[in-house]
Formats: sequence, C-alpha cells, structure tokens
Amino acid sequence: MKARAFDYRRVASVAEALDAYAGCPGEARYLAGGQSLLPALNLRLDAPDLLIDIGRIDALRGIAVEGGALRIGALTRHAETLASDLIATHAPMLTEAAAYMAHPAIRNLGTMGGSLALADPASELPACMRALGAYIEITGPAGIRSVAADAFFRDLFETAIAPGEILSAVRVPLGRPNTRMRFDEIARRRGDYAMVGLAAHLVLAGDAVETARLAFCSVGPTPVRAPAAEAALAGRPLEPESIAAAKAALAGDLDPDDDDTLSAAARKHLAGVLLGRVLSGLGDGRLTAEAA
Amino acid sequence: MIAPQPVALTVNGAKVRRFVEPRLSLADFLRQDLGLTAVHLGCEIGACGACIVNLDGRPVHACLMLAVQADGMHVETVEGLSDSGAIAALQAAFHARNALQCGFCTPGILVVALAFLKDCRAGGAVPSRGAIRDALSGNYCRCTGYEAIVDAIQGVAEAACAAEAAA
Repeated sequence: MKARAFDYRRVASVAEALDAYAGCPGEARYLAGGQSLLPALNLRLDAPDLLIDIGRIDALRGIAVEGGALRIGALTRHAETLASDLIATHAPMLTEAAAYMAHPAIRNLGTMGGSLALADPASELPACMRALGAYIEITGPAGIRSVAADAFFRDLFETAIAPGEILSAVRVPLGRPNTRMRFDEIARRRGDYAMVGLAAHLVLAGDAVETARLAFCSVGPTPVRAPAAEAALAGRPLEPESIAAAKAALAGDLDPDDDDTLSAAARKHLAGVLLGRVLSGLGDGRLTAEAA
Repeated sequence: MIAPQPVALTVNGAKVRRFVEPRLSLADFLRQDLGLTAVHLGCEIGACGACIVNLDGRPVHACLMLAVQADGMHVETVEGLSDSGAIAALQAAFHARNALQCGFCTPGILVVALAFLKDCRAGGAVPSRGAIRDALSGNYCRCTGYEAIVDAIQGVAEAACAAEAAA
C-alpha cells in the first residue's frame, strides 16, 4: 500500500525541528531512520500531515564518553551501535542486542532514538536501557530534560516524551570494573520478534552479587523489571542455588498475556529458561548449562 | 495540494534531478520515474527484502525511504551493479547453481550478498553457512528455498578467498 499524502520538511537543527512542529496546524511526526514510521505510513496505520526530517541534524549524532557516562546520540544507527568500540567497551549488552535487531538492511537506517521513542515492547533496546540504568535525554521548547529509563516507558508505545519533544540522546552511566552484563533472547527465527528477551546487569562485590538489574522484553506492554528475581540474587554468590532461587522468584515478577502465537505459561517458562542461561553465562565459568 | 519538492541524487553513477511528491518512496521513484525495474516491490513494509538497494554503499530497503530523503545521496540498483560488473561473480554463481526460480527476490538478495561478501573479505575469512543465512534473514524467497542461494554465495566467497591466497 502507499502512504497517504503528507508534506515534508528537512531541518538542520533541533531548534528548527521544534519550530516546525509547533508551527504545523495539523499532525506532525519526526522522521529519523524511518524504519518503523514508514511501514506505519505505508500500512496507513498513521497518516500525519507533515513529516519533519531530523535525520541530518549533526547535534543528534555521535558516541562519546563524557561526564562519567557513555552518551549515545539519538541518530546512532543500529549498525553503528553494532560496530562501536566505545559501546562494546562500556555497554556490551547493546552490542549483543543490536545483533538481534531486525535485519542488516534495517540496521543500516534504524536509529537508537527512534527505537526508544517508539517503545515497542518487543524491542531489545528499551529493555537494555532499563537494565543499564540509563537516562533518556529529551529536548523540547523549554530545554533539555533527563528521564531515568525506569520512568521513561509508560505503557504500550507510550513514553515520557511529550508531543513535539525530541529524544536527543541516551546516557549510560559508566559501570564499575566488577560489572557484568548480557543481552540474549529467544526467537523463532533470526531477526524475528523475540518470544522473550533479557537484559541483565550485575554488579559484583567479591564473589557475591551486590545489585542485579534484570529487564525483560516481549513479556508485557513495556520492558519489565524483575524485582523479586533481582532480590533473590542480591547478596549471594552466582551459583546454581541462587540462580534457581531467581528463577523461582521470577514467576511472581512476570504477568504476560496469552497471544495468538504463545501462551502466557509458555512465555513465562521461556523467560525462566533464558534467565538461567544468561545468569550461568555471567558466572565465573565454573557454572555449566546444567546448573541453570 | 502538497507541492512537489526538488530532489537531486546520483543513481548508478548518473546525476538525477526531479520534482517528487513527498510521499513517493525511493522504490517507486526508482521504478516509475527512472524505469529501474530491478527494484522489486513485495511488501512495502521492509519485511521481504525485494526492494533492497545500495544507499551510499550500504543496503537499505527502498520502500522504507522517501525519494526526498535520498537528496544528495548515491543510490545503486542491480542495473548499475550489473553494468559495472560488481555482481558478475554472484550472477554467474546464481545461474550455475540454479539459485533462483521466479527471480522476484533475486535483486535484493544480490545487493545484500555483495555487501556481505565485502564485509567478509575485510574480515579475511570465508563465511559459514550460518553467517550467510544470518545475512539473508531479511530476504524472503518463496520458490527455491535457500539452500541453492546459500550454496551460490558460499561458492563466490570460497573462490574469492582462493584467488587471494594464490595472488
């Protein structure tokens, strides 16, 4: 199908983009990589009057370490996330997650900011942001504000971004040396939506887990934290007993719905399998797959 | 009435200037305005991969990009890649291995395979069948199955590697 007619304006700065949005008498949408917006337009699920192309705003680009955080510009393509040495060093779960995102050609255009602003609950990056304890930088007419990832994802395809605001960057706090992290998912086919995905972030103190942040995708309307499973890990070494305790606790954390392709029970089971797999992989190497 | 907008880009090495409706996809622009019908439109939502072209040297879905967005950029379609000889080895291998039947998916697969093999050469290794399948995960073929397609791409990778070793 073809998109309904719309007007198009390419802007060179964030200020110009905000002005264009404010000046549009009808519905306007920001266009970045377009890899989710254009399918929605072609399917006529969305039919705005104006597209504001922010895809060439230099200020929205770049990956850098600054002020104790890794700052990733909103226009960072998934292919750039996959190839970035800085991301692989400071937030390797994003490198792992990017490999699961759609297909190579989509990754050449799709952007970090676009994926987070869309907030598809099956998407990998929103879960990573919650597990990383990242901050989402939002630019609007009143200036720049920063929202913790835990407060950013409000509901299905709903975020803390107000109409007209632009997601401009994410900031990932730099981890301490004893941080371990991983993203993994279970999907029917490579590049297909995950049946369940897990972003796991552990800070160790000696042998014991000091803090654990676990965020699942594809199990609810937003990326879902697992506080009971996190608590089951805290203060204990990463060993078969603590992993089993976390898996048992996870049942109380997740409440997915049945859908056409997978029952809620199957999805919860897979989440437990994935949690065991990821945690045993984050151990010191002595844990076997059977331990999970 | 929404006014057409100017767009100037390079397509298969030739500079092109047109006025286009903003909603016109790059795929429809290439097919309808320029007659480059190797750009095949299957799903128009980025799922089937038949419309994939090179944009500034990297594969993208031409159905998921507007013609106006491509202003100032370089686009290569299978027509250009064929004329330049860039995909000659892949074309010969697809022919020899019978890696197409109706041919609808083939242009997208050739563009993706060319970029994939370039990345593999940069990495200095012959790709595994699993890696080839990963690279093709966004390309649907509904006729042959993928076995012959993977065979053809693997054959080109092995030949390129052997040629480099002999040189």
